[in-house]
Amino acid sequence: MDHQSTLERVVRGVLIALVLLFFMFPIVWILMMSFQTNEQILRIPPSLAFEPTLENYQALITGRLETQAGTLDIRFMSNLWNSLVLSVCSVALALVLGVPAAYAFARFRFRLGEDIAFTLLSFRFAPPLLVLLPLTLYFQELGLADTYIGLIWVYQLICLPLILWIVRGYFEDVSPDIEHAYRTAGHGWLTTFRRISIPLTAPGIAAAGLLAFIFAWNNFIFALVLASADKQPVTVGALAFVTASGIQYGQIAAAIVLSITPTLALALYAQRYLVEGLSLGAVKG
Amino acid sequence: MSTIELSGVSKRFGASVALDGISLRVESGETVAIIGASGAGKTVLLRLVAGVEDPSGGMIAIGGADMADVAPERRGIGMAFQNFALFPHMTAFDNIASPLSARGASADEVRRGVESVARMLKIESVLDHRPRALSNGQKQRTALARALAASPSILLLDDPLRNVDAKLRFEMRLEFERLLADQGATTLYVTQDYREAMALGHRIAVMDGGRLAQVGTPEEIYFKPTGVEVARQFGDPTINLVPAHPASDDRGAFATVGGARLDLAPGADAVANGRECMVGIRPEALAFTEDAAGVFVVEAVTPLNEKVVTLVAGAEGTELLVSRPSHEPTRRPGERVSLHVAAREVLLFAREDGARLSGAGAGAGAGSTPP
Repeated sequence: MDHQSTLERVVRGVLIALVLLFFMFPIVWILMMSFQTNEQILRIPPSLAFEPTLENYQALITGRLETQAGTLDIRFMSNLWNSLVLSVCSVALALVLGVPAAYAFARFRFRLGEDIAFTLLSFRFAPPLLVLLPLTLYFQELGLADTYIGLIWVYQLICLPLILWIVRGYFEDVSPDIEHAYRTAGHGWLTTFRRISIPLTAPGIAAAGLLAFIFAWNNFIFALVLASADKQPVTVGALAFVTASGIQYGQIAAAIVLSITPTLALALYAQRYLVEGLSLGAVKG
Repeated sequence: MSTIELSGVSKRFGASVALDGISLRVESGETVAIIGASGAGKTVLLRLVAGVEDPSGGMIAIGGADMADVAPERRGIGMAFQNFALFPHMTAFDNIASPLSARGASADEVRRGVESVARMLKIESVLDHRPRALSNGQKQRTALARALAASPSILLLDDPLRNVDAKLRFEMRLEFERLLADQGATTLYVTQDYREAMALGHRIAVMDGGRLAQVGTPEEIYFKPTGVEVARQFGDPTINLVPAHPASDDRGAFATVGGARLDLAPGADAVANGRECMVGIRPEALAFTEDAAGVFVVEAVTPLNEKVVTLVAGAEGTELLVSRPSHEPTRRPGERVSLHVAAREVLLFAREDGARLSGAGAGAGAGSTPP
């Protein structure tokens, strides 16, 4: 790439800057909003100059929201904790169930195999509202409504298909001969799965897990219907900022910043695994 | 005692038949080279013996024991895959060590085992490299070292020289001969190169369309092929095949090839019995004779180091390849020549199914050996 002209470099720089601006602007704007009071946010015309305040974060962390109409209790921090518990457990469960299933779908042809795989995928494009009403009734009957276990179970509709289908593709990319070679070298299939199949698809599993985590974290509708106040994740909890005395934009922005931080951190951390080469030249290609 | 015994083994993938009734017995310590075109079923056969695929029918026995319910890791085999199938996330050392550690060897034994096989294959210097950092030749040796590391009594080598360059392939072919003899393992060696098969196999099994076309010693395969397909796969340049009607007169059985009389072994016309035939003549069995009125015209001369291949044309567009040692006088294009071939070296095939009718070839007798 050292043969490009100055013009090409300039154009490339400008284009990259434009793309960055386009994608980063909302995040930067929200970050700025989170340090402003509601009055500063709502003034007309809007201005980039403001005195930063930590009021919003303070309100979230202490759980006390001061408005003109009075003081309001919010449970943002417990919502954040709920989000974390729900997402981490859902992804963990989905990985435990989904990775072996993905391996089975990738390696073995069995009766109805494709149909089962597709049915699982179809959970992703069925409208959630369609299943929510019956699900609510069943969950109340079973005593699963408003429990972590119930929610984690329902979250499998989000995580499991994602992990299953992404990881399946990665397993299919690993030459079965590599596994065969390990078997003929004298290892059982379980050892082969642990020492060969899983390490070789680790980047894919990480990617799928991350994606599933983000989807679970961002889920709104299942939690809205099936969880009450003390099990609510941040997505539902943010509704509390729409108060009788107006929408608390500053707190919403601060809540958003706090709630995207874990996923952002995770994505940045996992990035190096995601881009790492996959088959590493084992098989002559 | 590690014999390999296949009886009536078949393998189907859906509607397509990959192997059809293969029966083959490989003696302990014997090397059988399996040769055939792509898709003939060579690799499938090896995979069945390794146990990574299950046969659709028939029985596979190793050392006399039925392998039907024996997992690949319990068959005591070493296998080298055509695509190497190295473990990409492990160093060459760990790759080679895997069969040793699987057998519960101590760290010290593993290190000694790996180092000795690495020394033999000249890859000691790259043991700490990952497969990605290895050249194709080194990958191939690493894969081979892994197959040999635990000194298995059964070796399955799936075209191990397929993916290496011509020079290395030649060197490795020479090394393999010694290597296989040293190991003393019962070996199935799959290849597409007839030279490899003849150099390394005590016997050769020729596969065609999922069946065994012929099993025999290299000499038998070369001089007494069961059919046209087998004859075509062995020899470079390939055998001359010309349509002919065997007949006989007072000088004996003959056929006309390119306008010249070709003497056949006595009784050849009786064997042919009026059927459409093909005569097969190895290019190196043909010799030029001094004859200014020859019916063949030299078309092209191709010198190849140790031999000269000459293309000659006769009547009715018949073209023949003649391969002579390069110390013999070379012909010039346009020159008229006559050809001579000993009657016993002419193979006669039936036209409709390609089966050999007569012509035992020279056999291993007259001091002639396959190239």
